[in-house]
Amino acid sequence: MSKYKFMGYRRENGAVGARNHVAIIPVDDLSNAAAEGVASLVSGTLPLPHAYGRLQFGADLELFFDTMIGTGKNPNVAAAVVICIEPNWANKVAEGIAKTGKPVEVFSIEKSGDFKTIEKASRAAKGLVQKVSELKREEIDVSDAVISTKCGESDTTSGLGANPTVGKVFERLVAAGGTVMFGETSELTGGEQVVADRMKTPELRKKFMDIFNDYNSMIEAQGADLLGSQPTQGNIAGGLTTIEEKAMGNIQKIGNLKVDGVLAPAEAPHGKGLHFMDTSSAAAEAVTLFAAGGAIAHLFPTGQGNIIGNPILPVIKLTANPNTAATMSEHIDVSVEKVLTLEHTLDQAGDTLMDMLLRTLSGRLTAAEVLRHREFVLTKLYRSA
Amino acid sequence: MRPQFLFHEKKDNVGVAVVEIKAGEKIVGSCLNDGSQLTIEAKEAIPLGHKVALTAIKKGDVVTKYGITIGQAKESISVGQHVHVHNVRSNRWQNVKI
Repeated sequence: MSKYKFMGYRRENGAVGARNHVAIIPVDDLSNAAAEGVASLVSGTLPLPHAYGRLQFGADLELFFDTMIGTGKNPNVAAAVVICIEPNWANKVAEGIAKTGKPVEVFSIEKSGDFKTIEKASRAAKGLVQKVSELKREEIDVSDAVISTKCGESDTTSGLGANPTVGKVFERLVAAGGTVMFGETSELTGGEQVVADRMKTPELRKKFMDIFNDYNSMIEAQGADLLGSQPTQGNIAGGLTTIEEKAMGNIQKIGNLKVDGVLAPAEAPHGKGLHFMDTSSAAAEAVTLFAAGGAIAHLFPTGQGNIIGNPILPVIKLTANPNTAATMSEHIDVSVEKVLTLEHTLDQAGDTLMDMLLRTLSGRLTAAEVLRHREFVLTKLYRSA
Repeated sequence: MRPQFLFHEKKDNVGVAVVEIKAGEKIVGSCLNDGSQLTIEAKEAIPLGHKVALTAIKKGDVVTKYGITIGQAKESISVGQHVHVHNVRSNRWQNVKI
């Protein structure tokens, strides 16, 4: 037991959530309209429209199912309604989610049409909303929480202030017995040896370097023009010059921790401690994968002001850039700008962020939640058949 | 006095402006690792968050930040100059235009 507690929801399988969503999950792009139809009729439901789910195959299809099922299994989701054009994939996703023991209802559109499907699904959703509205928050030790991090629109203030503040919080969460995740494979370029040296075993080190080298070979093989992509235009405006500099700033988020696990995209951690997940560095894609892997809150440091949110995961924004804190204040949950002027130590900034994390886990809405930032973006490995 | 720039490690040859710096200003910086201070003269304006050279860096020499190589100088850079994409490039992805 640690000194860090929050008020959360204990789910049927023992996992712990910070939100109590009834998710309306379309399995494919065609079913978005019905999912949004249900959400417009039934208060308290959360539709998760997306662009894919048809004619995917191989590893890309597997990742699609892992992401959809993982999203439904996430402990921030209390119950789910799954809607698909046809029944087979609908059942596959619904059965995957139902393994958690949470209530799942499933509907398919063929032979019914949108109107009848929306009516049936709305009746089910209404019942689920009323049912989960009676669930109570209880005191939970932070050791039961899974927290992820990824930064965005970084600048040099990220590496000086906001990212090492996350590092302090991650160190405390792991010391308390918690589970934390980081990713962003391409953005470790230049700092990959630093991360490799943090791997707890030679097997983990090899697994990590294989993932990293695959990604790097893909970029090299493309001979692609990364001008303005890595670092991004925003990074460069903020003073970041090279990918190596960006990577070293990025790595500050894991503090002085060693890595306990290396995960495939959307894979849930198998134990406690710090885990690396193979993700894109695009914010919405990475956060969607962390949510599918079971994260219940996300720490998002930004320099120039990334505004991303996620539908099921509260995304806590912090910045050390005083200009961003002033000009984009509606998006920022925690300002750690005093770290830059040495008025605050990183430990003090860590106290502030830890306090905001525990309040958010207990129900405080993040700026991104209030502003309806619900970027649910699936990672696509290659084009569909 | 509050620093106008910070640097991560003593061996770093660049620091980061934490305020808007004007050309010709005498500026004081702090090392985050050991708290030591360094005073230099800014040769150019350095926007907040941008880097300033703490030592002379010859063309082809490595640029060091966090105690680690973050790129190489495309041209010679003198103390107090602005260090960014115009005079530094990555050492990675050599066959890629960046």
